[in-house]
This record gives sequence, C-alpha cells and structure tokens, in this order.
Amino acid sequence: MPSPEPKLICCNVSKIFGSGAREFMASAKADISAEALASAGLVGAVRNVDLEVRSGEIFVIMGLSGSGKSTLVRCLSRLIEPTAGEILFNGENLLAASDSRMIEIRRHQMGMVFQNFALLPHLTVLANVAFPLEVQGIDRSTREARARKMIELVGLSGKENAFPRELSGGQQQRVGIARSLAVEPELWFLDEPFSALDPLIRREMQDEFMRLQSVLKKTIVFITHDFDEAIRLADRIAIMKDGAVVQAGTPEDIVLNPATAYVAEFTRNVPKAKVVRVASIMRQANGAMPNGAATVQAHATVSEAAPVFGDNSEHLGVVDGDSQPVGVLHRADVVDLMMRG
Amino acid sequence: MSARSHFQPLAPAREGSPSRGNSASLIAWGVAIAAFLLLWRFGAEALKWTFDYPKSWQIPLARWIGDAMKWLVNQASFGLFTFTDLTRFIASIIDLPYKLALSLLSTGFLSGQGSSAVQILPPLSWIAVIAIVTMMGLHAGGRRLALIVGLCFGFLAVFGQWQSAMVTLASILVAVPLSVVAGLLLGIAAYRWPRFEKALTPVLDLMQTIPVFAYLVPILFLFGFGPTAAVVATLIYAMPPMTRISTLSLHSVPSEIHDLGKMIGCTRRQMTWRVLVPSAKDSLMVGVNQVIMLSLNMVIIASMIGAGGLGFDVLAALRRLDIGAGLESGLAIVALAVALDRLSQAYAERAGAPGTTGIVGGSFVARNPYTLAALAIVLLTGLAGLALPFVQTYPESLRLSTGSFWSNVVAWINVNFFDTFEAIKNAVLLNVLVPFKRFLGGLPWLGVTGLLAFAGYRLGGIRLALVVSILAFLIAATGQWEKATITVYLCGISVMLAMLIGIPIGILAAERERLWSWVRVIIDTLQTLPSFVYLMPAVMLFRVGDFTAMIAVVAYSIVPAIRYTVHGLTKVDPRLIEAGRAMGCTPWQILTKIKLKLALPEIMLGLNQTIMFALSMLVITALVGTRDLGQEVYIALTKADTGRGLVAGLAVAFIAIIADRLISAGAARTKARLGLA
Repeated sequence: MPSPEPKLICCNVSKIFGSGAREFMASAKADISAEALASAGLVGAVRNVDLEVRSGEIFVIMGLSGSGKSTLVRCLSRLIEPTAGEILFNGENLLAASDSRMIEIRRHQMGMVFQNFALLPHLTVLANVAFPLEVQGIDRSTREARARKMIELVGLSGKENAFPRELSGGQQQRVGIARSLAVEPELWFLDEPFSALDPLIRREMQDEFMRLQSVLKKTIVFITHDFDEAIRLADRIAIMKDGAVVQAGTPEDIVLNPATAYVAEFTRNVPKAKVVRVASIMRQANGAMPNGAATVQAHATVSEAAPVFGDNSEHLGVVDGDSQPVGVLHRADVVDLMMRG
Repeated sequence: MSARSHFQPLAPAREGSPSRGNSASLIAWGVAIAAFLLLWRFGAEALKWTFDYPKSWQIPLARWIGDAMKWLVNQASFGLFTFTDLTRFIASIIDLPYKLALSLLSTGFLSGQGSSAVQILPPLSWIAVIAIVTMMGLHAGGRRLALIVGLCFGFLAVFGQWQSAMVTLASILVAVPLSVVAGLLLGIAAYRWPRFEKALTPVLDLMQTIPVFAYLVPILFLFGFGPTAAVVATLIYAMPPMTRISTLSLHSVPSEIHDLGKMIGCTRRQMTWRVLVPSAKDSLMVGVNQVIMLSLNMVIIASMIGAGGLGFDVLAALRRLDIGAGLESGLAIVALAVALDRLSQAYAERAGAPGTTGIVGGSFVARNPYTLAALAIVLLTGLAGLALPFVQTYPESLRLSTGSFWSNVVAWINVNFFDTFEAIKNAVLLNVLVPFKRFLGGLPWLGVTGLLAFAGYRLGGIRLALVVSILAFLIAATGQWEKATITVYLCGISVMLAMLIGIPIGILAAERERLWSWVRVIIDTLQTLPSFVYLMPAVMLFRVGDFTAMIAVVAYSIVPAIRYTVHGLTKVDPRLIEAGRAMGCTPWQILTKIKLKLALPEIMLGLNQTIMFALSMLVITALVGTRDLGQEVYIALTKADTGRGLVAGLAVAFIAIIADRLISAGAARTKARLGLA
C-alpha cells in the first residue's frame, strides 16, 4: 500500500474564465453551478475541486475533452492562476508563493510531460533533455552527463544528436519524458502523454511508463481522456465532468460502485475481473488454510488469479506482500464476478 | 512597395457582426443609396458645401505639421542637448557600420579626408565578392542556388554596374540587420504587453500605408542629406512587417512550448530568448526575407535623399529619359534582388530543416569548409589584386552594355507603332478614364462619407462605421478631397483591370498544375522587381500621363489578384468538389456554383491586397505626371514642404485603411456566412 502521506492537496480549487470572475466568486461563493456561471457570462473550467495526491502514487485525472482536466493540472502547477482555492505542495501553499519561489519549485521539484511533446525544434535530443538543467545554469559537462543517463533510461541511446523532427511520435515522447525527469522531480505531471500516439505505440509506452515508475517511484498526476488507460495505470482515479470531479477512488471502487450514471457509462464495458483485486472478493479464512492449496497475492486482479485455480480446486489461499495468509478466494465468487462482465 | 502580398491584410478581420435578414438589408441599402442619389442630384445648388468642402472650415493640418517640424528642428530640446543633436547623433551611429560596409565593398579603407585620402587597404575584389556569395549559396541551398547567385553577381560585374551595386549593397547590409533587430524587439514588446500592441497597430498601419515620399522630407530635416538618411527611411519602411511577423510568430508558438518554459522554471529573459524566439525561428526568417525585399524596393526612392548607388543611376536615367541606361541599372537591382531573395529564402528553409547544423566533432577545417574557402579566396585575390588590376576590378574593356540596344528597340517601336499606341491610349483615355474621373469628381463628399459609413455599419458594426467616416471626413477637412478622388479613380480603374485580368488567369492556373508552376515563377519574379522598374517600359511606350500610370499600376498590382484567386480555389475542400461531381455537376457548374462561391472570401482578400499594391504604385507614378495625391506628395518633396507632403500622404494612407477595413470586414462576413470561419 502506498504511504498515506499526501504530497499535493488541492482544496476547493476553481478556475473561472471571463471578466469579473473574481468578483463573482467573492459574491456567489455558494453557487458556482454551470448554469449560474453561464448566466453571469462566465465559464467554469474547474469548479470546486478537492483532491489529495499521495506520495508515490499514480493519480489519474480522467475526463473527456472540455471537462477541465487540462486546466486543472495547469492550476496544480500554477501555469494557470486558479480563481479560488488552495493548493498545498509538501504543506506549502503554492498560491501564496512568490514568482521566484515558483521558479525555484518548478526547477527542482516538478516535471511535466506534454500531449504534443513540446520539444524545442532547434535543439538536438541531447540538448532538449539537458535544457531544463541549462536553464538552471548547470555547467555543460554535468548537464550532458545527466541528460545522457535519462536518454538511456528511456531507451533512446544513440539518438542523442538527432533532431526532434527526425524521430517518430513515440520516440519524441520518450524525449519529453526524459526531459521531464532530468531534474529529478518529486512531482511528475503527465498531460495526456500518450494521446497523440498510435494505439499500438500507446500500449507500448504505457508498459514503458509502468516500468519506469516501478524504478522511480515518483508521485504522479496523470491526465487522460481514455478510461481504459486510466484503469490500467492508476492507483487512484478522479473522473471529471464540466469542470467538477464526479467521483474519485481506486479503479476498483469506480468500476464496482460508479457514483453516477455518467461514470457507469464508462465502466459498463470494462471487464470487472481485470480491475477488481482479489482482496475485494476474498472471504475470511475460517480456520486453517487448506494445506497445499495454491496461493495468490491479495493485490492481484481477479483475472490474474483465475488461471491459478486447478481443475478441481474450489479455493485459493490469499497472501499479502509478506506471504502471510489473509483470506480465501472462492471459485464461485470469481465465476460470479466474471459473469457480471 | 512590393511586399504587401506576403502578409495578411492590415486589420485582423472582425467576426461576429450581426447578420440580418436579407430583405431588411436590401431595404436599408435602398434607402441609403436613394438618400445619396437625392443629395447628388439636387444638392448641388442648395447644399453647395456638401460638394466642395468650404475653405474656411478646413483644418490647417499642413501648417500645424510644418510648424511642429520647425519647432522640432530649431527649438526642441532635452535640456542638455537639442532634438536635432539627438537625431544627428543617431545618424552618426548608423554612419559607422555603413562606412565600414562601404569601405569593404566599394571604396577601400582610406586614410585622410576628401581627395587627399590615401587608400590603405583596397576593397574586396569583384572575384572575392562573387566567391563569397557563391559559397553562401552552396552552403545554404546547394549548387543550383550557388549558380544563380553567382550569375546574378556576375551580371553586375559584366554589365558595368559593379561600383553602384556595391554602394547599394553596403546600405542594404546596414539597413537590413537594423530593421530586423528593431522589428524583432518591437514585435517582442508587442507580444509581451497587449496594450503596447494595441497602441502600436495603428502606427504600423500608418507606417505601411503612408507613401514613402511623404516622410522623406522630415527625415531630410532631421538626419541630413546622405546615405544615413536613406538608411533611416529604409528602416521606417522595412521594419513594420518584421514587427508584425515577429508578434504573429511568437503568438503562434504552441502553448505547450510556453508551458514547458514555465514548468522548467525559465526566467522571463530565458523564456523569450531561449524558448520562444528559437521556436519561432522559421517564421521569423520569413520576416527577414521580407525586410530584404522591402529594403531593395526602397533603393531607388532612398536615392532621392542621397543613397547613391544603383537607385541613383536609375533615377538619373529616368530624368534624362535615357531608357537604355535606366533599364540596365534597373536590371542590376533586379539581379541583386533575385540573388538576395533566393539566398535569404534558402537560409530560412535551412533554419527549418534538421540535421545539418548539429554536426559535432571534426576539426575546425572540416566544420567550416565554406568559410575557410571564402576567406582563402579573399586573401588570394586581395594579394593578387595588388599586382594584377583586373583581379581587383573587373576590366573595363570586357564590359558589355545593352543600353544602346534597348534605346534602339524603344526607338524602333515608337517609330513603327507610335500611331497604334497613341490610338489605343486616346481611346481608353476618352472613353473610360476621363468619364470615370469626372463622375467621381462630381460626387458630394458628404454623401460619399455617409455611404462609406453606412457600408461600414452594415459590414462591421458601429465601430467600423465611425472609423471609416472619420477618416473620410478628415480627407475632406484637410482639403484633399479633390485630389483624393483622382487617386481613387486611377486606383479604382487599375484595380478593376488587374482583377479582370488576374482572376481569369488565376482560375485557369488553379485548374492546371503545370500552368500554375509557370505562372508562379513569373509572379514570384514580378514580385521581386522594385516598383520603379514597372514604370520604365510603360513610359517608353506611352510616355507620360494617366494612361501610363494605369499600365504600370496594373502590371504591379496584378500579382496578388492572381495569387489569391489560385490560393482560394485550391483551398476549397476537395470533398465538396467530389460531392458536386457525384451529383452530376458539369465542370462549369462546379467552378461557378462550388469553387468560386467558396473561394470568394479569399478572392476578396486578394482584392484588398491588389488595392494596397495599386495605391503604393500610384504614388510612384507621380513621376510620370499624374495629378493625384501622389503628385501632391511628390511636389511637397521637391519643395521640402513637410506639412503638405505628410497631409497628402496621410490622405493616401486613409484611403488605404478605409478600403482595407471595409473589405476585410466584408470578407470576414462572407466567410462566416459560408461557415468557413
């Protein structure tokens, strides 16, 4: 389980576009529904969002285009100034930070990957990756050594002297990832990093991303419009609609208990067995574990556990990360879940 | 003033003007036109002041400007130093790099003053200059480009234009970097502070629409007569597009790049110079090309205030009607223009292409083969030139001249076809030009102003109506109305002709790939020619007068008419054409019912550009004896009358701005109606 200590807390954050937005927020604090805003001639890109991103977790913000997810992530890094609310990063209120303090924070503690890569066209791969360090005034040999390491990490060794235009989309995004990691950020924003890529490459990049995260253990805010991607990558998901978060929770929570019809629409076609973890449907072990029975990890998904059932076994032992028994998985429960689709 | 075609219309098209019912619109137009007709028909006696703006009501703007100028030159002071001191100081700063470039290319490095000067170092030999530009061609675009550039410069040497061409090149070499840097800085400032941009835009509009002649006089007063003043004039003329392109290209840097800069903690300065400007480099290079072409276009006009060089040769030849010599010097400017245009375009494209600049490693020689080769040739020919004079300067005995040939050709044409030309000219003059001129001259200024305001209101709302009517009123109130109608008449006729010829050519070219590739080469070349060059053949064949002016203006302004038509037609969504074909439309129906309809906004922008081109050319045709605002400006120039020149120049600018705003608004409305916006 990831440690519960929060890295980034976002309280009541709103971003209202239009003139007089601040006055509106001050006067009508209670009601910032889409209708109330529209009648005032304003647009609520982000409305009263509360989030908590914990250290070391992958927090996915999922929403369709226009749902405000990109605005929200830019509010979190203060690329866009929120109209109201509070953002605490390591306990420090970002909205109260001075410009120079923000530059400091962004230089050393934050990294961001962009949907369309945002590579500088006039720089080579090496220079692009080293650019954030160059901006900090780090000397050439140090920054290039670090950049080379990052390029190696994302598997682009040998392409150091290529220009962005000479790379494929997937390779370009690898450069983007390497660049965002060059400053060794604590908090890593990824704004729809794989949306501009072909489906096959996207899949490959998702795997690559998971591999990187298993090594790096960053705190991640990941934006996507693709529910499957969210389910696949997330420790926790927040689903946004019209600027507000409609549901936040683990992929399991969301798939098993969609809060609204809107969320249910997304979850309907997700095979539950691929999301639900063994721990959620296991039963208490009554007495001793059947000896010799196979065991599965509590955090494995049900679809991963299913093949472990032998032809005749009705139960599987469930163990936690330290191989201590925590419960029993019944075949009937697995079948039941799979039948629900 | 050839460069207008490359950028969008002066005013960003306004959108969202309310669209009204068709019949209501017709009725409103009917009422407006009826009111206008009534005033025109019956107002002549009762409301005489609506026809001739009364002298006593005139705003004495010319006098005010003249007085202000006198004050600036004689009295304005910052305490420690006067305004004139400041301008002369600026002049002396510009003079330094100019002297350097001139020494390098033309005079050599001298010691001492005047005729007692002794040459310490000779200038670059003709071989060295050709070698340098050829190397640049090779470096930027390969062998083909090297050949073109080499041939162009070779032409200058062979035809005896070398000395003048190098003087011209020296001033270009100074004016272009200055314009680029100043334009870029202003553009960045406008990008950074939207309020500054708002204030700057109308200034740029004026700078681009006031005829150059109009501000030559104040520049003369402030900077004195000579190459420096010419550089200043070129700066004012060539900088606005660079400023616009800079702002535009900075705005078009993807927002993600902007976010990136912020996310990695760039300071403001790092953001501008390390992130935004490099990202916008491709489009900025287009601006540099623009500046070069505009500077070359200014060469002849700048020679009126002492630029010397090729421009002076052309002007002198025109004045003594030595067509052959003028043509040759004109062609030399064209050669210079073609060479510099192709070179800068190649560099612009190279800036966009990856791969070649990133070579790391290798020795200094391996990395800089072109620079070293050029340096070697400079040294070798420099040394050889000391012993062998023909290496230093192209030998006179080998020079060619076609001047007398051209003079003979013109003489022959005039002897044999004089009557035919004269007949054509007179027929057009009597049947078209003169009646149209009389018609326009007889319209009441108040009625025209009202009608323009109404059109502005229908097309773009109350703001546009105000802008248009105030500008029109100012033309009348400064006593320029009569001359302005002549400008409008000549411009209008020429634009109509240019559109009548240009649109069909555009339609034909848009359908035929191969034809278009030929037409494009021709109009690209036409566009590199300085506007003066158009005047020469016209004068040769038709001598001076309105007809000649019209021919030159049409020839000059036809390029955008063709270009925009082709552009609009080829931009039409091919799926719509396919749909039309599937429905069984004939090619004619596809052309008239689908393509031309959808290309209309683009063609309107072409019309807009054609008008801008025509107006800028019209002022230059003052040299062949028109009687319009351009002539007024030109007379003011010869009399060094700042106020008179600027007032007439402003009137020209106002006409341009009125036309631009109305047509842009119309195009935007059409676009919105067609759902293309």
